[in-house]
This record gives sequence, C-alpha cells and structure tokens, in this order.
Amino acid sequence: MDFFVVQILTGLSNAAALFLVASGLSIIFGVTRVVNFSHGSFYMLGAFIGYSLMTVLPGFIGFWASILLAGVAVGVIGLIVEMGVLRPIYKSPELFQLVATFGVILVIQDLTLLIWGPDDLIGKRSPGFEGVVKIGDQLLPSYDLVLIFLSFLVLGGLWFLFNKTRVGILVRAATQDREMVGALGVNQSWLFSGVFFLGSALAGIGGAAQLPKGGADLLMDFNILAPVFVVVVIGGMGSIPGAFVAALIISELNVFGVQLLPQSTLVLMFVVMAVVLIFRPWGLFGRPETLGSHGSQGPPEAPLRAFSGRLWLALAAAAIALTAVPLFGGTFLQVLLADVIIACLFATSLHFILGLGGLVSFGHAATFGGGAYAAALLVQYAEAPMEMAMLFAPLAAGLLALVIGWFCVRLSGVYFAMLTLAFAQVVWSVAFQWGDVTGGDDGILGIWPSAWASGTTAYYYLVLTLGLGGIATLLFMAYTPFGYALRGGRDSALRSEAIGINVRLVQWSAFIFAGFMSGLAGALFVFAKGSIFPTELEIARSFDALIIVFLGGVQSLFGPLAGGVVFTLLQDWLSRFEYWRLFLGLMIIGIVILLPNGLVGVGQWVRNRLGAAPGKPEEEAA
Amino acid sequence: MSFLEVRGLTKSFGGVNAVNAVSLDLKEGELLALIGPNGAGKTTCFNMLYGQLKPDEGSVKLNGRELIGQTPRKIWRMGVGRTFQITATYASMTVMENVQMALISHHRGIFSVWPPASRRHRPEAHALLELVGMESQAERAASVLAYGDLKRLELAIALAHSPRLLLMDEPTAGMAPKERVGLMQLTADIVKERKIGVLFTEHDMDVVFAHAHRVLVLNRGEILADGSVDEVRANPRVQEVYLGGGSTFGEQEDADTGQSADGSVDKEGLANA
Ligand SMILES: Nc1ncnc2c1ncn2[C@@H]1O[C@H](COP(=O)(O)OP(=O)(O)OP(=O)(O)O)[C@@H](O)[C@H]1O
Ligand SMILES: [Mg+2]
Repeated sequence: MDFFVVQILTGLSNAAALFLVASGLSIIFGVTRVVNFSHGSFYMLGAFIGYSLMTVLPGFIGFWASILLAGVAVGVIGLIVEMGVLRPIYKSPELFQLVATFGVILVIQDLTLLIWGPDDLIGKRSPGFEGVVKIGDQLLPSYDLVLIFLSFLVLGGLWFLFNKTRVGILVRAATQDREMVGALGVNQSWLFSGVFFLGSALAGIGGAAQLPKGGADLLMDFNILAPVFVVVVIGGMGSIPGAFVAALIISELNVFGVQLLPQSTLVLMFVVMAVVLIFRPWGLFGRPETLGSHGSQGPPEAPLRAFSGRLWLALAAAAIALTAVPLFGGTFLQVLLADVIIACLFATSLHFILGLGGLVSFGHAATFGGGAYAAALLVQYAEAPMEMAMLFAPLAAGLLALVIGWFCVRLSGVYFAMLTLAFAQVVWSVAFQWGDVTGGDDGILGIWPSAWASGTTAYYYLVLTLGLGGIATLLFMAYTPFGYALRGGRDSALRSEAIGINVRLVQWSAFIFAGFMSGLAGALFVFAKGSIFPTELEIARSFDALIIVFLGGVQSLFGPLAGGVVFTLLQDWLSRFEYWRLFLGLMIIGIVILLPNGLVGVGQWVRNRLGAAPGKPEEEAA
Repeated sequence: MSFLEVRGLTKSFGGVNAVNAVSLDLKEGELLALIGPNGAGKTTCFNMLYGQLKPDEGSVKLNGRELIGQTPRKIWRMGVGRTFQITATYASMTVMENVQMALISHHRGIFSVWPPASRRHRPEAHALLELVGMESQAERAASVLAYGDLKRLELAIALAHSPRLLLMDEPTAGMAPKERVGLMQLTADIVKERKIGVLFTEHDMDVVFAHAHRVLVLNRGEILADGSVDEVRANPRVQEVYLGGGSTFGEQEDADTGQSADGSVDKEGLANA
C-alpha cells in the first residue's frame, strides 16, 4: 500500500515538468496556431539558466528566485524568437513555421554548448528540501512533494488567469475564434507576444524546477519533445486541463511501467497515445480542428506538365554524367554522390506525401531508419545476403508505414505532424531500449554488401540504379491517377469525397508507398555505411528530409532533388566546423524569413539550371 | 413517381433549429427549387442529403434506399451529383483534369497506374466541358478561373457519372444575369433529356420563376410553401417572408459571396415577374 502511494507521488512529481512544458506549448498553439518545436529548447535553457543563477544566488530565497528568474529569462528569449523569427511568417503556410522553429532548436543547441560547455550539470538540491519523507516504510524525496505542489499551483494559477481575469478571458476568446481578437479591440501583436512570453516562461520554470531531480544536459531539448507532444496530443491541443491530465497519465504510466516492464517504458507511453487517438482523434479534451483553422496553404500550385523534350534531354545527360563519374572521379566523390542520391530518394519519398498529399510528416525517419534496421537485423540474425535484405527492408518499412499511417491519416495539419513525430519516437525508443536485439546505443555493426557490390564503384552503381529507380518511380507515380487523387485530396477533400474518392485510403496508400521508398533509401544507407545506430531514427533525421524538401521548394516535383544535392554538400562542408548547427539553424531561419514565397525564387533558379519544365509556376495560363 | 423521398429531416446546432421536419418529394425529370432567405437551412438540407452531415432525425430514400448514414462517396456511387455553394474544385489541376478525375473515379481507375491521369477519358471530358461551355478553357488552371466559370466546371464534374439526381447549391451565384439564365436553361434541358431530378437553391427569383417546375420555400428551417411557381408567388406567407421583416436576402448574398448585386433578386422579382 505504502509502496503504491509513493509510486503515485513519484509519478505526480515527474508530471510537473512535463505539465509545465506541455501547457506552455498548448497555450502558444491555442492562440497563435504555431506549434513551437523549439519548446523543448526553452525547457533546456530554463535548466541551464536556472543552474547558473543558483550558483550565484544562495539559500532558500535564492533557489526560488533563480527558478522564477530563469522563467522570466526564458520568457524573454521566447519573446525574441516570436518577434524575430515567427512574426514575419505568421501568414505563411504552417510548414514554414514548423521549419523555422526547428532552426531555432539548432541555434539554441549550439549557443548552449558555447556558453555552458558539453558536460552534464548536476543540479543543486533545493534548500530546505534536501531530505526524504517517510511514508510507512517507503521513502520519498521531499522535493517531489514540492514539485507536486508546484504543478497544482501552476494549474490553479492558469485556471485563475484564463477564467477570472479580463486578459485571460480575452485570450480564451481568441483561442476559440481568431476573428474575435480584432473585434474585441485587442492588439494582436501584443497578444501573440504576451502568450509567447507566458508559454516560454512556463517551459523555463519547468526546466529550472526539475534541476534538483534531473540536472541539465544538452539532450534535454529533444528528450522532452516527444513526451510533451504525446501529452499535448492525448490531452488535446490548446487544452490546459488536458495537458495536466495527460501529463499525469504519462508520468504514472512511466513509474509503474518501470516496475512491470522495465524494457518498454518509452513504448508504453505511445501505446496509450495510440489507444486514446483511436477513440478520440482530437485528444481527451481537444476539439475537432475546423477546416482552414491552421495557417494559409500558400499560393495554389500550378498544374503538372508532361516532361518536355528538353527536360528528357537534361535528365538523360544527368544520368549519363552520373554513370560516368567513376571514370574520372575518385572514391571520395563516389561516396559523396551515393550519399546525395540516398538523401534525394529519402527526401523525394517525403515530398510524395508532403508536397503532393499535403501531409506534413515530421517522422519520416521512422521508415528510413526502419528500413535500415530491418536490413541490418536480417543480416545479423538470419544471415541474409544483401540482396535479400534489400528486398525485405522496403517491405518492412512499408509495413511500418501501414501501421503508423492508419493512425495518422485520420488527422491533418499540425496534428498529423505531431503524431508522425511521436510515432517516429516510438520506433526510435524500440531501437534504443531493446538493446538485446538492436544493440541499443551501440547499434549494429558489420553490415556489408555482397562481394560483387563491395567495391566503392560497384556499390556506387548499385545506389545509382536503385536510388534513381526509386526516384523515377516516385516521379512517375505523381502522374498516375493515384498521384492526382493524392493532390486532389490536398486541394479539396470535399470535392474528392463528392466524386467518390476515398481520401483517407488514398492518403494511407501514399503513406505506405512513401514509407516503402524511404525504407529502400535506408537499406542503401546501411550497406553504404556498414552500420546502423538509433541516430538514424532521430527527430533530426526526419528534419533533414523536411529541410531538403523545403529548401528545394515544396511545390516542385524536382525540388527534393535540388534540395538533396545542395543540402548534402552543404552539410558535408558545414560539419567540419564545430558550431555547424548554429550556421545551419541561422541559415534555415534566414531562408524561411527572406523567401516567404516558399523558395519559388530559388527553386525557379535551380529548375532553370536543370532545364526542367514540370511544376514551373505558370503565370496566368493562356 | 417520386424517386427521392425526404421525410422529417431535422437538425439543430447547439440550441438553434437549423432544419426542422423538412419533407419533400422529387420526381424524375423534375426541376425543384428550394428557396428561402439566408440562413433558412438550405445548405444544411443539402449536406444532410449528401451524407456530409448527420441529421438528428429523418430519412432520405433514393429509389427506396436509405441515404442517411451513408458517406458522400457511397451516395455519389448511387448516382447523386453535387455542386457546392462555395465551389470545391482542384486548384492545382487544369479544368480538363478536374473533369477527368471525376471520370477516372467513375470508371474505378483511381488506383491504376497506366496510362497517366491526364490522358484518360479525354473525349468524354471534352464533351462534358462542351456541354457547359467551358471547352475553350479546358487547359487553364482551375485556380485562375472566374467564379462563374468555376460554377460551370462544377456542373461538368457533377455530370460526369451521369447522375440520376443532381443537388445544386446556388449554381448561378457569381454569374452575370444573362449567364444565369443560360446555365439554368442548360440544366432544364439536361433534366428533360436525361430524365434526371434536380434540386437546386437559388437567390435569383427570375431564374427560379423562369425554370423551376416546382418551388419549395424554406424559412427558419421549416417548409413554408410547396407548389407551382404561380402558387408560391401568390402565397401571402411567402410574400411576407420576402417583403416584410428586416432581412431581405438580396443584401446578404452580397456579403456572402462577394458578388455585386445585379438587382434581379428579391422584391421586384417576386412582385412583378
Ligand atoms: N456547422 C454549423 N454549426 C452551427 N450552426 C450552423 C452550422 N451550419 C449552419 N449553421 C446555421 O444553420 C442555419 C442554416 O444555415 P444554412 O447554411 O443551411 O443556410 P442557407 O439557407 O444555406 O443560407 P444561405 O442562403 O446563406 O446559403 C444558419 O443559422 C447557420 O448559422
Ligand atoms: Mg447555403
């Protein structure tokens, strides 16, 4: 009995940080409709800033002042992000905002590294609450009780703010009806900024308050992101009570999960999410998303054009040039080009669902890494030859996409984005936690091609054949009725249903097909590198594909190819610098803000270079 | 013989009774107008007939088969076409491709891969575009069409699977007066030729009185009158709805669709036409 009480209290105290971060994210989303992917970074900053403040401000007062000040400091940083990064792009398609906040993650990561160094910091104990309390024969750190109190305090405070104060009621009205904001005579800029400050400050306080329990490290940002998304998805976007209940559920589940199924704590959380979503796709306390409530969709895309003769010629020339590379290029160039082709295939498969289908997936790494792991596991345990592994890897990835897609295509917009991200984290956590099979963090090593393909040039030709084959298939599919139906569902789901097209089925099929191709890219990748680690399933990998698609231009069929080339070469070059994330992040933010028309300008330039005609945005057709 | 039988259709949003116990019959070869001021519940009725909205009560039978509870997809397969008050077309496709998609779906080719979509059913699509007078714009992007042309395109799409029943929600909104008459004349011809039933809503009384075989008047969710054009026009309660009361729908329509008034709506239409 005492044991259970202590377990429940531990779960409650674990829920505190989760709730603080999730409620902040929810408040920001509710009013601005921006999913702030950098919210985990604000949490991390709260921990680091709080740590530094605590070393300066001593004693009981100093401890709590530090937490409060950390919250204020992070709130101000949130304000800077809102004004500097997001304000210029509120009217852009939501993908822009998501990508921009990802840029912020990269920048904050490197700035944190720059300021605080790479070492984990161990948090100071809270003065006055260093000890433990005895509950029956069980012990509980007394600070856990403080955290529980804190989360109820914040819940109560937020309830008061949104129900009893004029400002809060206005904000709530704005959440329910964005048009209301103007009608009520509220300055929208102020409202958005204020909400961003509040939401960020909550994340900062969460980060600082958990210092005595968890300390501060550079992985905190991504580590909290997945659970926070799960909490927000389960609770319902924009709902504070939802965030509270869901944070409790997840934390209790973790605490008891550790007792019962120590190997699957991470997976458990996602299973609960899946179950909730089957019955309530909008979360426990969420309301169905009304159409058009999330950002603009950007300018309409131009109709697809058949490949022109010039384009065929350019493509043939490119294929010949690539085939001829081993004649004049050395090992380095061949390896680099193989990387480029794999990245292009990966990104083109994402573009298939994202560009054509309007399904903004933030978890495309699941099928890439999934395919790679499938191949590696087959080689490791079934001693399968490369040929067989390469055949089965895409199938396994397709199967994975089938399961993930079943849940995800029922949602749209940011809900879809978050859910795909959460599922990718499931796959990641399986690879990471199931050490006996996947090798965990150590990965799987020694996955080499068959003898005939083991030379650099031979493998280059294999990548060239399968990679370009996959890309060509994806491009071809865009022109089939299936590809058209996918675009139709994006343009007007209403029209599709009214002419007998099952939009969900089309989207689900596309998701599976894209997963298959992404799995092929993963298989090519694993045999190229000879090993696979959970990093290939990480959020950062999903973002690679997103950035490539984004860089190349979402509305162009050839965008992912142009983007893949530029991005891979750029990364190859940037990664020689210590703070490459900083550069990359700033670059992403710069592109998003300076080219708000979806890189049509750059895309046009690239397309002209390639001499490609399809997808060319036509000016008022004759 | 009526092949569409609607009985006791009811829907409320929150506390508001949008549609209350609406019943109607439609015969083959009949052009039935559903009129009423803004917010009368016309679109809500359409949405319930087409499976987009679940009614609180009521039944809709098409040739004896219940439509309530079916998805729009199924209802379309049963031979019902629809055009929308706010047009729904594929902006990233050409006019031709928009029609081709409906034809591809009708021939159950959505999941086939060869030949490419833009090469399918071209003669059929062309004939449909010709029918609605859009053949000269076949290769334009739907995103650049004028609003009236989008309405015409929607009609072509809705006709692609040779429906038995056509639901048209304000088919002529956004068109010039001449165009309106032309489009309704075309619809009337199709009704006559193919013996299909058409249920349409319309704010332009000239159009209604010139072409409808029968008129249903809806007000605040309830059927106010049901009869021939002359009967409805003479009905004092109908006149009251349109002439008395604060809200004449002519003005509101402007706000709704962003179209300029062409003066053919409302009072004079009722009184003089
Ligand atoms: N989804 C909804 N939620 C709440 N109320 C709704 C909804 N849809 C319609 N209504 C309300 O139901 C009533 C009927 O609306 P409906 O759109 O059917 O009218 P209408 O006759 O088509 O009007 P119009 O001539 O403007 O097209 C209106 O009062 C409207 O505000
Ligand atoms: Mg209407």
